[in-house]
Amino acid sequence: MTKKIKLPLTEKIIVGLKAGDNLLISGVLYVARDAAHKRMVEALDKGEPLPFDIKGQTIYYMGPTPAPPGKVIGSAGPTTSSRMDVYTPRLLAAGLKGMIGKGVRSQEVKDALKKYKAVYLAAVGGAGALLSKTIVKFEVIAYPELGPEAILRIEVKDFPATVINDIYGGDLYAEGKEKYSRV
Amino acid sequence: MRLITASDITEAVANLFQQANYGLGDDVIAALKKARREEESPAGREVIDTILKNAEIAAAEDIPLCQDCGSAVVFLEIGQDVAIVKGDLYAAVNEGVRQAYTGGYLRKSTVDRPFSARQNTGDNTPAVIHVDIVPGNKLKIAIIPKGGGAENMTRLGMLLPGAGKKGVTDFVVKAVEEAWSNPCPPIIVGVGIGGTAEKAMLIAKHALLRKVGEPSPDKESAELEKDILKKVNDLGIGPAGYGGRVTALAVQVESFPAHIGALPVAVNIQCHSARHRETTL
Repeated sequence: MTKKIKLPLTEKIIVGLKAGDNLLISGVLYVARDAAHKRMVEALDKGEPLPFDIKGQTIYYMGPTPAPPGKVIGSAGPTTSSRMDVYTPRLLAAGLKGMIGKGVRSQEVKDALKKYKAVYLAAVGGAGALLSKTIVKFEVIAYPELGPEAILRIEVKDFPATVINDIYGGDLYAEGKEKYSRV
Repeated sequence: MRLITASDITEAVANLFQQANYGLGDDVIAALKKARREEESPAGREVIDTILKNAEIAAAEDIPLCQDCGSAVVFLEIGQDVAIVKGDLYAAVNEGVRQAYTGGYLRKSTVDRPFSARQNTGDNTPAVIHVDIVPGNKLKIAIIPKGGGAENMTRLGMLLPGAGKKGVTDFVVKAVEEAWSNPCPPIIVGVGIGGTAEKAMLIAKHALLRKVGEPSPDKESAELEKDILKKVNDLGIGPAGYGGRVTALAVQVESFPAHIGALPVAVNIQCHSARHRETTL
C-alpha cells in the first residue's frame, strides 16, 4: 500500500510511519549534501542562524545535474546518507524531522531518530531521471558557490520514497536482509 | 605507422561519456530484466521496475540516468603502430571529458585539493587515464563514469597464499555485506586477484568493462564468479537494500600472477547504473 503524505512532517504523520511503508510525498524539501552540512553545523557552532528554518523540515541528500533547457531540474536522485551521519544528530536536535537519502545510517543517527521523533526515508538510488519528474519547483537558497552542493528549496509532487527507520526502532534494511538471508 | 589525430580522440571520448550517462547498455538492461524475473521480494521487484523505468525516461528525454555522472575513468589500448598527431594524448582525452560534461548537462563531481579546499574543477577533469600499449594499429577507448557511492565501497585485501579460493570468496562476500545498501544494489562486483596491490585494484576495475553477465573466458575464474555470486546473493540485501534475492547482477573476476608470498584481492563495486562504453578508432 502506498501512503500519500503532505509535507511538513507533523507529529501526527510521523507516528503513523513504519519501516517499509511506501510513500508519495508532496510539498517542500530542502536539499543539502556534504559541504552544505559542514557549513550548517559550523553556523550552529558559532551561534549563527541556519540558512532556513529547520524546525519540522525534511532534508533531501542530493546534488542534481544542471537543468537542460526547458526542464525544472536535471537528474535528481539521492546520494549516500552515511556521509552526513556525523552532522545529523546536531540537526535533529535543532528540529529537523525527516531525511531522504539512500544507504544505512550509523547507530548514533538511529538513536537520535528515536530520541527526537524523526524519520529516515530512502528514494531509489540511481533513479535520478525518474525522480526529477516529481520536482516541480527549484531554487538555490544558500551557498551558491558550492555548485552542485548548494542548498536548494524544491517543491515535489508525489515523490516516491520508502520508510527505512521509523521512530519505533524499525529498520527496513536490517529487516529486509534478515528476511531474505540464506546465511 | 597509422596516424590518429588528437581531435578524433576528443570527439570519441565526448560521445562515449554522453552516451553512457544517458542510457544503460543492452547488457545491463538484459541483466536487470533477468533479475526482475528471479527476484522473490515484492519490494525488490518494484525497485527493479523503477530502475528500468528510469532508464527509459533518461534515454527518451536526455536526462542523465543518475545525478552522479561519475569520475571520468578512461582505459586506452593503443596499438604500437599508432602515432597520435596534432595534439597531446592526455589533453585530447581531458578535452573530450570537458566537452561531454559541460556541453551535456552532466554533473561535475571532481574536486581539486581533495584533502583540504576540495575546489570543484568545474568540468569534471582530470580524467583518470589508464594506458596499455598493445600490438596493432588501432586505438581502443573504453570508459566508465564511476559513481562515488559505489567507489567508496572498494576494498583491498593482501591475503596470504594459504587463504586460497575460500579466502578470496570470503573476502569478497564480506566486502559486499559491509557495503550493504550503500552502493545502489543490485551491484556488479569487480574482483581483481593477484599481481601487486595496485595491479589487483586496476584489474578489478578493468573487469567492470566486460559485458555484464558475460563469464570470464578462463574456466576456473568463471567457476569462481558463479560461486561468489551465489554467496553474495544469499546475503539477502536485495535491490536498493530493501531485502531480496538479487544483491548482485554479476561477479566479474580478472586475475594476474602474484608473488610467491602474496594473494592480493581487490573488490571494486559498480552500482546498477553500470555505465560503460567503448569504441575503436
